[in-house]
Amino acid sequence: MTSDVTRLPAHEMAARLRAGDLSSRELAVAHLDLAERQDRGLNAWLTIDRERALAEADAADVRLAARRTMEDELPALLGVPVALKDLVSVKGGQCTAGSHILEGYRAPYDAYITERLRDAGAVILGKTNMDEFAMGSSTEHSAFGPTANPWDLERVPGGSSGGSAAVVAAFHAPLAIGTDTGGSIRQPAALTGIVGLKPTYGRVSRYGIVAFASSLDQIGPFARNVRDAAALLHAIAGRDERDSTSSPVPVPDVLLHLPDDDDAANGLRGKRLGLPREYFVAGMEPGVEARIREAVTALEGAGAIVEDVSLPHTEYGLATYYIVAPAEASANLARYDGIRFGPRRGAGQDVLADYLATRGAGFGPEVKRRIMLGTYALSAGYYDAFYLKAQKVRTLIKADFDALWAQGFDALVAPTSPTVAFRLGARLADPVSMYLSDACTLPVNMAGLPGISIPAGLSEGLPVGLQLIGAPWSEAGLFGLARGYEAITADADWRTLEPADLPALDVPSTPTPADRLAPHAAVAR
Amino acid sequence: MSASATVADRRDPRERFEAVIGIEVHCQLRTVSKMFCACSTAYDGAAPNSHVCPVCLGLPGALPVINRQAVEYVLMTGLAIQGTTPAATRWDRKNYFYPDLPKGYQISQLDLPLASAGRLTVTTSDGPFTVGITRAHLEEDTAKLVHATAADGRRISLIDFNRSGAPLMEIVTEPDIRTAEQARRYAEELQLLLRTIGASDADMERGQMRVEANVSLRSRGTEPFGTRVEVKNMNSFRAVERAIDFEIERQAAAIDAGETLILETRGWSEERDATYRMRAKETSDDYRYFPEPDLPPLHLDPAWLERLRSAMPELPAGRRARYQKEIGLSEYDASVLAADPDATALFEGARAANPSLAAKTVANWVTGEYLRLRNAAGEAVRVDPVQFAAIIGAVEDRSISRTNAKQVLEAHIETGRPAAEIIAERGYRQISDTGAVADAVEAALAANSTAVADYRAGKDQAVGFLVGQVMKATRGQADAALVGTEVRRRLDEPVE
Repeated sequence: MTSDVTRLPAHEMAARLRAGDLSSRELAVAHLDLAERQDRGLNAWLTIDRERALAEADAADVRLAARRTMEDELPALLGVPVALKDLVSVKGGQCTAGSHILEGYRAPYDAYITERLRDAGAVILGKTNMDEFAMGSSTEHSAFGPTANPWDLERVPGGSSGGSAAVVAAFHAPLAIGTDTGGSIRQPAALTGIVGLKPTYGRVSRYGIVAFASSLDQIGPFARNVRDAAALLHAIAGRDERDSTSSPVPVPDVLLHLPDDDDAANGLRGKRLGLPREYFVAGMEPGVEARIREAVTALEGAGAIVEDVSLPHTEYGLATYYIVAPAEASANLARYDGIRFGPRRGAGQDVLADYLATRGAGFGPEVKRRIMLGTYALSAGYYDAFYLKAQKVRTLIKADFDALWAQGFDALVAPTSPTVAFRLGARLADPVSMYLSDACTLPVNMAGLPGISIPAGLSEGLPVGLQLIGAPWSEAGLFGLARGYEAITADADWRTLEPADLPALDVPSTPTPADRLAPHAAVAR
Repeated sequence: MSASATVADRRDPRERFEAVIGIEVHCQLRTVSKMFCACSTAYDGAAPNSHVCPVCLGLPGALPVINRQAVEYVLMTGLAIQGTTPAATRWDRKNYFYPDLPKGYQISQLDLPLASAGRLTVTTSDGPFTVGITRAHLEEDTAKLVHATAADGRRISLIDFNRSGAPLMEIVTEPDIRTAEQARRYAEELQLLLRTIGASDADMERGQMRVEANVSLRSRGTEPFGTRVEVKNMNSFRAVERAIDFEIERQAAAIDAGETLILETRGWSEERDATYRMRAKETSDDYRYFPEPDLPPLHLDPAWLERLRSAMPELPAGRRARYQKEIGLSEYDASVLAADPDATALFEGARAANPSLAAKTVANWVTGEYLRLRNAAGEAVRVDPVQFAAIIGAVEDRSISRTNAKQVLEAHIETGRPAAEIIAERGYRQISDTGAVADAVEAALAANSTAVADYRAGKDQAVGFLVGQVMKATRGQADAALVGTEVRRRLDEPVE
């Protein structure tokens, strides 16, 4: 049906809400109905909180009615639905981080970004599926079953924020929040054909976000277009006194006023873009490479100057990341001991036995693997050879990027993922092949930079993501470039396509992702 | 002498062995809020788990924020021990699992402590002794475990997180200390220092200052350290001295008996007057320290340090020297005064209130009457320095007697009322007017002719009787010394 409000961009939803053509309740109901009807085949939601969402929508409608005459002063997202990855604390709500060890835990406080979204009047529809503690690139490591990709229900949506990406791609929500530690926003955005931004480290407060790797974690937006993603970033970014690593660098209001098509396309003229050769890795699918090269050609056609550049330490990125991130995680996850919250196991006779029972039962295999990796890397006698050396390499990786910013590059252009969405179960048996999914994204986390993935067409009928990487605090610039690319490809055929398997979600007998994974998982484990 | 002395060697163990002692002190800092959150530190006596938040409970998603005041207290301690301050510091995670540690790691400082390479000089019966201080750093306290028995008889452990995340400063000495007395004096002087700069109340019995000693023995004249034993649970200065003495003798006896000492932690038992084994340290703990990624490094701006330095109060050592040199107090008076911040404040306050009073006199009143009354009270007593000066002044100008003055001080402490009011109300004002005294003496002599005659007959005791009569007649208000002089003067006058 053409009048389906779920198909609108968020900024048009906001405009109709202001104009009084649409109520926030109608908008919420449309999304909630769709999500409840279709989630069996997708398993993208861990909770859909209809009651809370409708209460928030009604409150937004009251604010809209009272302030309709002063439309400029209304927050951009007032009355617009949003989904949260299930590691964002919402007071009184569940927050599982995709883990059995947090089952039954209800957060007694709001995360900073939850407060900000409430202030903005956004309507929180529910919480989305994810790899356990954000450790994974496929959402198959969720304790609550895998999520499917709406483009092909036999395939993964990427991860770890796969649930958030899938709900936006499937029109269950126009906007969603994800977190990105090594690519967990950009890679699922690429694999589901939407926009996802990982902000500069320190741009968004981590207060109230279940931690994976503190020095790498960032919170960012998913949307189906660049403008909406920018507006969502604007709503959540900024200094928070409760996160000492959050930055006072001002959040530019231009995020709310990105240019229209003509201006955006013109904005590409003269922009200097680097094409890092190391990001065209072995194992990259030819179809993915072709789409990226075409995107480069299109950008050049619009007047951008694209030059080959080198980030020589890229090859060490993966190894370095898999020391630093697990090391921090091994400490961050020590608090899950069953003492204060979450299910506790054991006989209550011996504290060590209870720890082993609680953590043994509560954590999944990938989380255990990373806790072991991290514990080992920090142990006496290994610290210098692993953790300390990794931090030094991290400095070199960052220096590679700094050298390019010093040469005046506006951004770097690269693939987001070397492949399109892979099949459920395809990489479960081989952790390293899974880790390679993030080869093009995790150096950006290591360097603390902003990176965005935007749709750049299809390969074998599946979305390909184009990654733009910028200097620290250059989110507005990245959004500008992304908007420019969006403008010059506005008429491309693939822009009009909806995810191919959406109709299958309305078939009551459609298998669940867990059903689809089961035969493969038996082999994998 | 060989490292293993034989039983045949009958000399005192202290002649044969040298003790090598290092002290670790943990003290709670006197901040309003906890180390990394806004929870109040005023949880003494509060209901369990009433001073908690997501941060000090280690809930998912909570993040630490540094308490500036706590940092300043450690920096001030560093200045006070003449230590080195790094240009920048950072925080480290010390990882271990225990139910009283909610995050599974303690935020501490590993290799960039806020203060290092300091020293503290103490006086001992053998003269001054300087203890090298390796480092002072900041960390967070743990929760409190309470072991109890449930209604059904099961033994259970309860956790009170009120203390969780309270700021702690750890101060570690070099292994410089050789005797139990030096150790006790170091702990006492450190407590005084911390109280003087206001960093900690440092009350040992309330756990605000926790002293641990590492004790080992080696044969005199040898270099290598012996096996180290860590001694805990010393809740008073006396316990510190006794526990270390006990440990020196226990270890000497063990070595003499040919036993091998093991690396262990021992506790001091007040009841048994002995140390006991708490746990053996079979392996060294691996805390997997790494830099705390939730807190950026802290740059210690020299201007900030300078502000702290200029705001530092006078330290005990400097104060003692000044009292001796400038005011001429004896070494004893100077150290008694400087050893007690309340006494120091009263002394300085009274001197300021009345600069014409002799320092020695004020010092005597503080170390004598004030400390006597306070120690008798067993707690802090409130004395207004202005009133204290007024009482001393009244004695000095002979308007009240010394005995009455003590009564006035007690009444002031009890009621807080001004000295003049108490003196007036109780009629303590002395008659020091020579005319008035002369009249009173005249009257007494006239009324007691027998006593006058006795004196003149050679009975000197009659003087005392006559003085007593004058004092009685003036209801004790006459200046006794003046009365005595006047009585003798009149009796010795030639008879007309």
